Amino acid sequence: MTLITEYGLALVSGAWLTLKLSGLALLFGACIAMPMAIARSSPRRWLAIPVRIYISFFRGTPMLAQLFLVYFGAGQYRHELQALDLWWLFRDPFYCALLTFILNTAAYQAELLRGGILGVPLGEVEAAKAYGMSAWLRYRLVILPHAYRIAFPALGNEVILLLKGSAIASVVTLFDLMGQTRAIFAKTFDFSIYLWAALLYLVITMLIVRLWRYLEKRINPHLYRQVMVTPAPAAAARGQTT
Amino acid sequence: MNDLALLGFGADGWGDELLSGLWVTVQLAVTTLPLGLLIGFAVAGASLSKNPWLRRFGRAYTTAARGIPELLTLFLVYNGVAILLNAAWRWFDPQSGFVELSPFVAGVVALSVVFGAFAGEVLRGAFQALHPGQVEAGLAVGLSRLDLFWFIKLPQIWRFALPGLGNLWVNLIKDTALVSIIALNDLLRMTNIAVGATKKPFTFFLLACAAYWILSILSEIVLARLETRANRGIRRA
Repeated sequence: MTLITEYGLALVSGAWLTLKLSGLALLFGACIAMPMAIARSSPRRWLAIPVRIYISFFRGTPMLAQLFLVYFGAGQYRHELQALDLWWLFRDPFYCALLTFILNTAAYQAELLRGGILGVPLGEVEAAKAYGMSAWLRYRLVILPHAYRIAFPALGNEVILLLKGSAIASVVTLFDLMGQTRAIFAKTFDFSIYLWAALLYLVITMLIVRLWRYLEKRINPHLYRQVMVTPAPAAAARGQTT
Repeated sequence: MNDLALLGFGADGWGDELLSGLWVTVQLAVTTLPLGLLIGFAVAGASLSKNPWLRRFGRAYTTAARGIPELLTLFLVYNGVAILLNAAWRWFDPQSGFVELSPFVAGVVALSVVFGAFAGEVLRGAFQALHPGQVEAGLAVGLSRLDLFWFIKLPQIWRFALPGLGNLWVNLIKDTALVSIIALNDLLRMTNIAVGATKKPFTFFLLACAAYWILSILSEIVLARLETRANRGIRRA
């Protein structure tokens, strides 16, 4: 217990960095993912194929290798980056980790959103076309709102995967939750610090699961509405109450 | 020295070192797969069991092992199991020295724990997708539990579980990279060593990424074939 009174604050500050890193990465990643998902589902091959290669690369290689490529790899082009005035970005482990996580989650989110776009019923798109909507308007008012609703649960999984994946930030000297834990273990050799960290990660992921379930009910209310006073026979037979 | 010479085999080139790292990565993934599947079947069985305590255990295991970062699980196993092992060893032989868990074993155990939790969920879904009439028909003709599992359930859940298990396999290949952090000479660590000697980080890490990418793409090709084969004879909607 003295371990927690002594190092509890360090753990919490680490958890805060973990949340900041993954939260920012998810947000920026979402901004890139949307145009990529649209390009990926385009019938124009010159638009779809580069995005397809991007997604395949970032989903097919370990995020740790990607992080090393950005953080250490930039050193090989130091002079060029200094000439471009970009060295401050690649010198800082926080920005390197953030950049890697953004590029990585953008690929995953784009693929999930593409699934959502494919899931929008053709009739809705045809109806929008029949109204004379431009492609821009179709995406803004019909396709994307529905695609996000379809992809929402899968995007929740990606939030948790990125949060867990962000533990590798500790390898490039960042003191996120994992980094703090490793530092404290190196100082105290007290194994229980790993268990506390695990508990903290579990609490965070469970809270996200709860939050996501709540949000899903808010944005997909039609899927969760209360069944009428006399449930339909088929639903009752399957034991569904809500 | 140009980049191509750096990748050559022999004393100057790093090609042979990188290939030996790739071999360790493949060994790690291939050793983990059967162990992870075994844990997966056990967890799926526990989650679907009639015994409420087993069900609770299954749920707790999947929640914990899926909610903790893979890297933390690896450290938990590497440091924790070593402590347990030493305590057990001392109990038998108080004079014994400190035994250390090999990074390879720690890696296999940690990756199996994670793989097993995810596979447990995939397999549970597959068992639940199986039509109950199938099992009833098997019972009606008097099959033993083992025969029921082997001849009725397994061939059919294989088809349901294959896409999910395929994703897990690709994730497993990528997760092996984490083991480089606890000093196992896998592909990523050998790349790190090569970078230290050659001062060409971008070239070498890009090469490592390419190697992982090729493994992933090859896996996807094989998995697509397996899926086609598993679904032969199934009428498509």
